[in-house]
Amino acid sequence: MRCLDGRIRTWGRCGPGDRDGDRGMAKIIVDDVEVDVPADYTLLQACEAAGAEIPRFCYHERLSIAGNCRMCLVEVKGAPKPVASCAQQVRDQRPGPNGEPPVVVTKSDKVKAARNGVMEFLLINHPLDCPICDQGGECDLQDQAMAYGRATSRYDENKRAVEEKFMGPLVKTVMTRCIQCTRCVRFATEVAGVPELGAIGRGEDMEITTYLEAALSSELSANVVDLCPVGALTSKPYAFNARPWELKKTETVDVMDALGSAIRIDARGPEVLRALPRVNEEINEEWLSDKSRHAVDGLRRQRLDRPYLRKDGKLAAVAWPEALGAFAQRLKGDPARIGAIAGDLVEAEAMKALLDLLRGLGVANTDCRQDGAAIGTSGQRGEYLFNTSIMGLEEADAILLVGTNPRVEAPVLNARIRKSWLQGALKLVGSVGEAVDLTYPAEVLGSGPATLEELAKGKGGFMKVFMEAERPVIIVGMGALARADGAAVLKLAAEIGMKAKVVREGWNGWNVLHTAAGRVAGLDMGFVPGPGGLATAAMLAPGALDTLILLGADEVAAPASTFTVYLGSHGDAGAQSADLILPVGAYTEIAGTWTNTEGRVQQGRRAIFPKGEAREGWAVFRAVSALAGSVLPYDSLEALRARLMADAPVFGGLDYAPGAATPLDLRLVGTAGQVERTPFASPVRDFYLTNPIARASEVMAQCSALAASRAATPALVAAE
Amino acid sequence: MSVRRLAPQEVQPQHFAWSAASQEKVAFWLGKYPQARRQSAVIPLLWLAQKQEGWVSEPALRAIADQLGMPYIRVYEVATFYTMFHLAPVGRHHLQVCGTTPCMLRGSEDLKALCRSRIGPAFQVSDDGLFSWEEMECLGACANAPVVAIHDYYHEDLTAESLGALMDDLAAGRNVTPGSAIGRATSAPEGGPAVLLDESLYDGHLAAPVKLPNLPEPA
Repeated sequence: MRCLDGRIRTWGRCGPGDRDGDRGMAKIIVDDVEVDVPADYTLLQACEAAGAEIPRFCYHERLSIAGNCRMCLVEVKGAPKPVASCAQQVRDQRPGPNGEPPVVVTKSDKVKAARNGVMEFLLINHPLDCPICDQGGECDLQDQAMAYGRATSRYDENKRAVEEKFMGPLVKTVMTRCIQCTRCVRFATEVAGVPELGAIGRGEDMEITTYLEAALSSELSANVVDLCPVGALTSKPYAFNARPWELKKTETVDVMDALGSAIRIDARGPEVLRALPRVNEEINEEWLSDKSRHAVDGLRRQRLDRPYLRKDGKLAAVAWPEALGAFAQRLKGDPARIGAIAGDLVEAEAMKALLDLLRGLGVANTDCRQDGAAIGTSGQRGEYLFNTSIMGLEEADAILLVGTNPRVEAPVLNARIRKSWLQGALKLVGSVGEAVDLTYPAEVLGSGPATLEELAKGKGGFMKVFMEAERPVIIVGMGALARADGAAVLKLAAEIGMKAKVVREGWNGWNVLHTAAGRVAGLDMGFVPGPGGLATAAMLAPGALDTLILLGADEVAAPASTFTVYLGSHGDAGAQSADLILPVGAYTEIAGTWTNTEGRVQQGRRAIFPKGEAREGWAVFRAVSALAGSVLPYDSLEALRARLMADAPVFGGLDYAPGAATPLDLRLVGTAGQVERTPFASPVRDFYLTNPIARASEVMAQCSALAASRAATPALVAAE
Repeated sequence: MSVRRLAPQEVQPQHFAWSAASQEKVAFWLGKYPQARRQSAVIPLLWLAQKQEGWVSEPALRAIADQLGMPYIRVYEVATFYTMFHLAPVGRHHLQVCGTTPCMLRGSEDLKALCRSRIGPAFQVSDDGLFSWEEMECLGACANAPVVAIHDYYHEDLTAESLGALMDDLAAGRNVTPGSAIGRATSAPEGGPAVLLDESLYDGHLAAPVKLPNLPEPA
């Protein structure tokens, strides 16, 4: 929500009035510092604006206000007792007798004593088990007890003990440690949109649990671990693995979906132990999907750590020189019978090196769309980007989803749509595709292209409202584009877009939601069929090619007659059928560039080294280029990136989403043609197992099995 | 107070459905709230379910949640918050014995001991299915301590003997009179009033008109 100062605010902070600019400012004096803050700021926010640090447990910027931990007590001049600063607004404070601004004191002895008292009460029932608690070292309670705790306990009674609860394979519970801040309950209800967590009982016997101890059915469930200020909810896969101070922390970019969420990889030695979200207001705020967070154990299993060459029908381990020699030999064949498909997780550098290598050899058969999505060849960049931008969704007032289920294709983006709906900005969501629970009400208008044809003619009640929307948004998913009639479907969607004028002055509501992290970079650099080149489906036809290079492409089935070179990190589908396997690092093991679905170019850093003899992808292509007689003109990552930016200038704008600045002519999007009757289906059939890393992950397998069993038994979810 | 849980799975019925009589009352309560605010009826509906079945079962929780468009966990929260909702089957007569300080000082420990010896441990239904009991937090009738609530009525000023007699009557199916077991009128003193006994206090002479000094002059 855009407030007066132009900043986007999270929901719960400001009311609908802010949009109209009637927010108003108020003066308040905090510890002798006078600040001018929006009148609907809470005292806590005002204190922070004035530079005073307020301890808190239950208050969280992105959740509703509970006011139940009482740790944020401050003294307000004129108030008889300390007040909970998170639960009072600046506008409700009484001015001084002569109209002076209200006065708040955060550092007085009274405040200190009050917080000490609260801390003592919190610690009455909190176990003193920090040495065996996974939260140790990154625990709010531990930290704040250092500031506000007594040296010893005055409490002689027994502490309460609470039975453990089951919350699925990701969240480990030690409920005795719970201080009932209810952050997890509010997260599940508000952000994740699955009201399954609650506080049962009352008083001392209050307990946090799910209904009948079912696992949370959200794709964002593991975020409750980050939210928990104590060690009650901790990460189950990471349990007893490491202390935070042992870990090397590397800030990088997630590749499990096309959002490019900001993450931090925590590694110890050669092992990635966990992935945590970083705050990036423009993409993931501070949330992360369960897959992005917990697929990292897949980085330890099924790894390709040395080259393999198929000899006499069997894959045999070979040294790099022999493997590269065999690769170069294949590249010397007929360029018309060589092809390459780039996979979903591949970084731009490897794609660029492969593309340059093949184009240098005269090969036109290249494609980065292993699902065959009919997009990205028209030359208009805006055609295949998420132009509204993820943060821009908060301003949308009507959304039409075409062949996409954002809940599984991009859970964090789905949470953003839900946020927009909760804030009241978003009033109407229609969906053409599968009828699924998106965590916000969405009208299912139809299941396939036939409905789009109706909508394109302006028929139906939905279109009537959609065409009058001020900030309409169309989100086209891969379920609509990765089909034989994808280009015609795209045309229909563009026609709807023109009818509703989704592209207008200062607003671009045309969005394509990709599911592959490497896709946009591939399209940006032109990793599509060159003149006369074959696309994915044609390359995969038996007898079409002699040599097929699969750069991390595991979702395609190469014909047995084709010599297949697989470059990747995991022994997944692609490697099993390959004739030559060249190991390259996974996303945590390389410095790479990924462009997210918004067109935001982001650079990831290397957290650990590639396994065994694995190399960075671009280096493999540089080495083989010398043997194949078409030397690539770069010897370092920097030189390669310079070349990449020279050839495709969009790669120069780091961390920047072009948004409405991208020119787009919807008339040129898609090609008219006959559409089929088959309904749209999201390409993500199993959220937890969409890529080689996730498929190698034990944790993801558990999650997937649990989701399958939940789907098989009639759900215990509320009919809302 | 103790940790409250749903009854074990083997005790839970398969289904829950409103009886015709309950249906009418449910409609009455739902009619009190606008459709968008119908979850306001959650406590009355839980109460009606308990009236109908004797306790609140897990299928009943779900049925009510579905009826009110609430997540199951929200109804579960309400049902576990209020001790008036029985989460497991109770005897035909369920005794809710107040054990909070005033009642304890006036002898509720004896009542609990009696319950324990005649019925068994708290929350356990007696073998004949007639009785069960539990200890409650303050029932709010401290002036008439000790208090036991049975069905919807308070039985006050009890002793172990009078509670025993009360249970005999209940077991025999006789009608019992709620209120003070020692004949007090509400919370008036035992054996009738001890002060303000002078009859002349009530003959009306003290209510004679008084001339107030600052009354406005009559027009």
